Amino acid sequence: MKLYKLKTLFAVVLTALLFVQCENDDDNVITQITCSDGIMNGEETDVDCGGPDCEPCGETLDFSGTYVQEDQMGRPGINIIFGTEGFKDAYNVTVPSEMQAAFQDKFEEKLLTVNPAYTTNILGLDAEEYTTLLSKDVLWLAQTGATTYSNGTEILTGRALTDDVADASLLWIFGGADGLENPELTNDGVPANDATFSTSFPYLAEPF
Amino acid sequence: MKKSKLIGVFGGVGLAALSFLFISADHLDAPSISGTTADIADFFAFQGENQDNFVFVANIQGLLPPGQPTTQAEFDESVLLEFNIDTNNDLKEDLVIQAIKRGDSMYFFGPSAPAMQGLESTIVTSTRRSVKISTKDDIQITEEDGMKFFAGPREDPFFFDLNKYNEIIDGTATAFDDPGTDTFAETNLLSVVVEFPKSMLPSGTTGVNPFAPSTPMYNVWVEAKRKQ
Repeated sequence: MKLYKLKTLFAVVLTALLFVQCENDDDNVITQITCSDGIMNGEETDVDCGGPDCEPCGETLDFSGTYVQEDQMGRPGINIIFGTEGFKDAYNVTVPSEMQAAFQDKFEEKLLTVNPAYTTNILGLDAEEYTTLLSKDVLWLAQTGATTYSNGTEILTGRALTDDVADASLLWIFGGADGLENPELTNDGVPANDATFSTSFPYLAEPF
Repeated sequence: MKKSKLIGVFGGVGLAALSFLFISADHLDAPSISGTTADIADFFAFQGENQDNFVFVANIQGLLPPGQPTTQAEFDESVLLEFNIDTNNDLKEDLVIQAIKRGDSMYFFGPSAPAMQGLESTIVTSTRRSVKISTKDDIQITEEDGMKFFAGPREDPFFFDLNKYNEIIDGTATAFDDPGTDTFAETNLLSVVVEFPKSMLPSGTTGVNPFAPSTPMYNVWVEAKRKQ
């Protein structure tokens, strides 16, 4: 490496150090060297590239352009269960903030077609309330605590891999106010996945 | 389950509206999207092994049989997968995590504010992270800035006795079996998994979930968007 390059490198490092010191009144200095910190550090050969950990330098990748929605999903099975013919495609390209106005009445109609005896479910929701909740097809995710579609105690606080969302949905659709109606329709007899999930990242099981 | 058989299942759709229930949690959910590289099969969001983290999972291209269909399945460079996070309960995304394939890697952006809300997106390229796309035998995981990334084939985590269900709807059965048979057993799909510190998000909103009114909630969902 030529001397002037070394000088430049030294200046860059010094400048970076200055930034660290100026921005931090406490001892909170940057200790983690990453490929996205805007500084050439670690074994990088230029700012945030090269070396064993970062992408090659000079590799220009094109991320330009406009991407237009084709599919979306919040809660499991919503479009499949409650979507009605002629509206399934529309559902996939309707933003969540407009879903209730566009689809709640259709969902309610569908619910009462699927289970004409529906009055209220074990969640205490009548047909309008239940389909209003579901028509806004986003998954609620609790900031703290258990994250589950339903574990009997927590309800709709996320969705974990082990959650039996099929049985939960069948129970809420067919189980009636006490959850005891239509017992032959509220449990599909498949309580768990066929492969075992990992407790560690990436959690999903390896492919067959 | 072979795809041809599933299509057979679909043939019975006219019999009852319910035949459409659960092909997967979202896979093959609508005519225009079915079977394309942008067809979302499933979406999960949960607290990580480290309880200070969230994990988002987007599954696409479901129902891959083992062997060649799985090993040859590829992410599409023209399809952007976007995790949407609404923090203030207006049902509009305040932050997005975007994932798209280039070459042999999956590139990730965010969580950051989207350039625009709604059906169209541009990629927020300010902070870029990536992971080499895994194969069945070569598992690649990137850990960076407290985040973890994975992209590649996985076993389909969805489980349901779809066949028995369709028999019930068709009137040839009146109840599920005990035990039932997982229609999705031994099928694979392509998965994108992101783990990130909860501290990367502003606080959620209370009063959203009537079953946990005092717990701050986020509204989250996943979208597949194709380059125009």
